[in-house]
Amino acid sequence: MPSLPDMTTPDVVALAERAAASQPHDPHLEDVDLRPAFFDWLCRMGDNTLILGHRISEWCGHGPVLEEDIALANTALDLIGHTQMWLGLAAEVEGEGRTADDLAFLRDAMRFRNLQLLELPNRDMAVTLMREFLFDAWHFEMLTALCGSQSPRVAEIAAKALKEVSYHLERSSDLIVRLGDGSEESHRRMQDALDRLWPYLGEMFVEDAVDKAVAEAGIAPRPADLRGAWEQTVNEVLEEATLASPDTRMDVHQGGKQGRHTEHLGYILAEMQFLQRAYPGASW
Amino acid sequence: MAETLPSVEQVWVWLGDVPDPEIPVVSVTELGIVRDVRWDDDTLVVAVTPTYSGCPATAVIDLAIEARLREQGITRLRIERRLSPPWTTDWITKGAREKLRAYGIAPPVDGTASDGRTAARAARMTGRTNLVIACPRCGSSHTERISQFGSTPCKASYRCTDCLEPFDYFKCH
Repeated sequence: MPSLPDMTTPDVVALAERAAASQPHDPHLEDVDLRPAFFDWLCRMGDNTLILGHRISEWCGHGPVLEEDIALANTALDLIGHTQMWLGLAAEVEGEGRTADDLAFLRDAMRFRNLQLLELPNRDMAVTLMREFLFDAWHFEMLTALCGSQSPRVAEIAAKALKEVSYHLERSSDLIVRLGDGSEESHRRMQDALDRLWPYLGEMFVEDAVDKAVAEAGIAPRPADLRGAWEQTVNEVLEEATLASPDTRMDVHQGGKQGRHTEHLGYILAEMQFLQRAYPGASW
Repeated sequence: MAETLPSVEQVWVWLGDVPDPEIPVVSVTELGIVRDVRWDDDTLVVAVTPTYSGCPATAVIDLAIEARLREQGITRLRIERRLSPPWTTDWITKGAREKLRAYGIAPPVDGTASDGRTAARAARMTGRTNLVIACPRCGSSHTERISQFGSTPCKASYRCTDCLEPFDYFKCH
């Protein structure tokens, strides 16, 4: 493996100067007509990572083995990091003086825009990992597409997040194969998890007026355009894992993107938002 | 203005003394996370990029930079977050790689920060990991991955099958 040239301090300065010079100006942030859809779409991105990150963090201290516990906590941390970036940009686009924290801690369930898939309870490790894998495969394609967004602010967040999500997908697909093609019980649990989550998956590819507006502005891909690559990844991994895709519909449960949620989201928010609700403005 | 502001070059030298809070043998400049130092009128602006977007050390790093610069008499200071271009382990200086190794952390393999999915498929097809990570203690290349994640977001857990010691690997990113 060839080594990189040694980077002395002046080289770092030069690199940093180039980085500073490439700071993007984003005209989409000043487009008043686009604002409501752009804001809503950014909340979808940020709420997806916030709610899944929160769900995964529930395993912290409860993982079946130390390595899995640490891996899940690290994944949750990455997702919360993405949330800060997406909701931070959402707050900036909205221009009402709110912050990422305000959006995370002071909105009610009906204002959340995450996929219903992500708020479902963890149940067991099979459901936790299967859900993460099915989302990771979508997240990977979405962020890959967003790296080419005409909004430089969106593209830079996507480029940052994609590096971490590549790692998530690598790990979750590996575990799907190991557990699907594992013991009789692990196989049964993974198949049950897939069957249980299947009716929630269609929501990832359904387009509404918000998706259409941001797609037309060149900010994001059309949801349906991600489906082919997502199916290819999912089918490859499921086949290797000796698991069968159900032949039932994927688009049974939907509405999270428009703020219609399952009863589970309220419980997440009750726990997540308690402190900021009980002690408004608390800091440490 | 009566007071003379320190030069940007001088500020870079000071930042070279600010250790990473998790890996104190390397400085923030060696880690390659300081992206810009400039004067905005009489306010010093330091732009810092996160290693991992959710890394909790980010806030501590900002605080350490602020403390170091205030110690030098800087009173007006703004720390900005810079996302683009995203940090990769290729930004870590060569000197810092040796310091990591001496500290017991295997440094990232140069120039390999890339698309994890490609690496994952290659690893699965061949039934093993695609990179040889040398043990930072005994130098053996007989090592195996325990977990893709470790004690901080930027590290994975490995063990050496020769000296049997577990170690952290600063994973390519």
